Amino acid sequence: MKISFPYMGTSHIVVSYLFEKLGFEVIYPPTPSKRTLSLGVQYAPEFACLPFKIVLGTYLEVVEKGAEILITSGGCGPCRAGYYGELHKRILHDLGYPVEMIVIEPPLVEPLDFLRKLHKIVKPKGIFNLLHYGRIALEKLKALDVVESTLHELRPLALDKQQINQAYIEGLELIRQADSVKEVIEAKKAALEMLESVPADHTFKPLRIGLIGEIYVVLEPAANHDIERLLGERGAYVHRSIFLANWTRDNVLAHGEKDIRAMAIPYLNQMVGGHGQNSVGEVVRYAEEGFDGVIQLAPFTCIPEIVAKSIMPAVSRDKNIPVMTLFLDEQTGQAGIETRIEAFLDLLWQKRKKQEAS
Amino acid sequence: MRVGIPRTLSFFTLYPLLKPFFDGLGVEVVVSPASNKALLDEGVKDTVNDACVPIKLFHGHVVALKDKVDVLFMPRIISLDGKNTLCPKFLGLPDMVKYSVSNLPEIIETRLDMKKGKMEIYRFLYRVGKRFTDNKVKILRAIWHARYKFSRYRKLLLKGLTPEEAFTCLHTGQEPPHKEQSGQIKLAVLGYPYTIYDDYISVGLLDMLREQGVRVYTAEMVPEEAMKRMSKKLPKNLFWYYSNRVVWGSQYYINEQNIDGIIHVTAFSCGPDSMTNKLVELEAKQHQPKIPFLTITVDEHTGEAGVATRVEAFVDLIKRKKGII
Repeated sequence: MKISFPYMGTSHIVVSYLFEKLGFEVIYPPTPSKRTLSLGVQYAPEFACLPFKIVLGTYLEVVEKGAEILITSGGCGPCRAGYYGELHKRILHDLGYPVEMIVIEPPLVEPLDFLRKLHKIVKPKGIFNLLHYGRIALEKLKALDVVESTLHELRPLALDKQQINQAYIEGLELIRQADSVKEVIEAKKAALEMLESVPADHTFKPLRIGLIGEIYVVLEPAANHDIERLLGERGAYVHRSIFLANWTRDNVLAHGEKDIRAMAIPYLNQMVGGHGQNSVGEVVRYAEEGFDGVIQLAPFTCIPEIVAKSIMPAVSRDKNIPVMTLFLDEQTGQAGIETRIEAFLDLLWQKRKKQEAS
Repeated sequence: MRVGIPRTLSFFTLYPLLKPFFDGLGVEVVVSPASNKALLDEGVKDTVNDACVPIKLFHGHVVALKDKVDVLFMPRIISLDGKNTLCPKFLGLPDMVKYSVSNLPEIIETRLDMKKGKMEIYRFLYRVGKRFTDNKVKILRAIWHARYKFSRYRKLLLKGLTPEEAFTCLHTGQEPPHKEQSGQIKLAVLGYPYTIYDDYISVGLLDMLREQGVRVYTAEMVPEEAMKRMSKKLPKNLFWYYSNRVVWGSQYYINEQNIDGIIHVTAFSCGPDSMTNKLVELEAKQHQPKIPFLTITVDEHTGEAGVATRVEAFVDLIKRKKGII
């Protein structure tokens, strides 16, 4: 059976590895491109958010290549992303692609449904196979996160930004090739060494910026015009609020993130779906940790982030931390983002200079 | 003591419950004026630009009320039917308003979450009543009275009255005028009560249709048991109360009422509606025979002429298809 899945950040390395080992033929989802987006925009509802359109575009590209099963995550609201699997399926069927869609609902909400679908996926090779390779996949997930956060730390310091970007891509390839827990750990070490061997100016004190918002646009460079790279190359250290491994732990396997939500309570004492409440809480946390600024990323018409954005001015004022919100959609151009980032960074540098002078 | 209730969003669902309740407590109820341009402009000034028209309008209603009342009633409505939540903007509404509009009076943001059980609505009213009086008997009597009026209101809506007409009936105690819709074609006009019954946002869509000889049916005219039946038809329901009612209503009219066409009224950039709209569109398309479907998107710049042109064209097409003209 030919299987495929949505593309998000670096997760494809882990997901494709797992499915190959489970005995499926994986149709590799291509990196989202202009074509992906325009395919998605053509068939998606006008006001669906950017992730919906990119993922729909990816599906259309992989069914052209012959994918028969699409696997994705579900949800139970109030964020509408929980319904995307169902609506994607209906749109694909309406267009005449008879794909099978396996929507994995959160295991804690619908345990029976989860087990049934898990059984279907695991059946070809059995449960021990899943446990064995699941462990390696989890290790890869952690390795990817470590390498990525190291990249964020070193990129603003690196003298040649091209070189460090290249080292990172090579590091990812090493992790992708690793085939046992031991190899993953070795690949991780090698990747870190490659990043650290890039000549860097360790006396430079970069601006510290927190990156918050909706998970897909935060994790997927194609959706946010590679904002982490843009910031890193302009001398800012980016701390991302969401990493794959911790998100999987907190949201799929357990109800985590209670501390972040607790920080949001003085401003927003209600779960509003998606990452709305987290976004508010994370600004508070970044302010307390002494970050220079926060950038909130959200797809256009994202309801939870709109709620968060309308509360943001109050949080920003109270905690004395600048926040810039970028709403992204298919019309967003890279030059526009660059202009806004540069202006934001200029303001933050001036603020820092003022603080140092006084 | 005067309590202010904005005339939008949950107003069309909850007002007939709240009005007699506050009357019973001896509290004066002040309702903001019907939506108009000045109100909307005021709202647009205060709201984040990414919000939808109804939310912007809500801010406008709050601004119109804030200097005239002692308390603003703005409950945090989580769930109205015990299963589905409301749009996330409803969940965060009190917070959005608090941090966007300055110089607000005291706000009642009591939580209403029907997932906690059927009696929650009475516990909710009790908690609200506690704010105004310590007299338990008075609160309970007010709740009893409100409950009666509320169930009458729902019956009036089923008869095809608009909320405004139903309010007048309840207020004056008159029997509802016998309303038999006349017209050659039957259209389902689906959308949230706060867009289709607010004549300013919907630019008088319902009257426009009636003038063209259309019998108009809305989601509020669908009997509760039919809604329940329809809720079991979809493999996966949406998560939001009002959106689900639109979807189930469309199922009812498509499959059981032999409707001639569907008009879906949605607000620009409405998040839940991006799902609702596509779902209803696909359902209408997949039905045999296909049901004509029209989407009307409204925002703060919607003009009557633009909507009228589209609606007239749609109605003419259906009439031609049926051989009436």
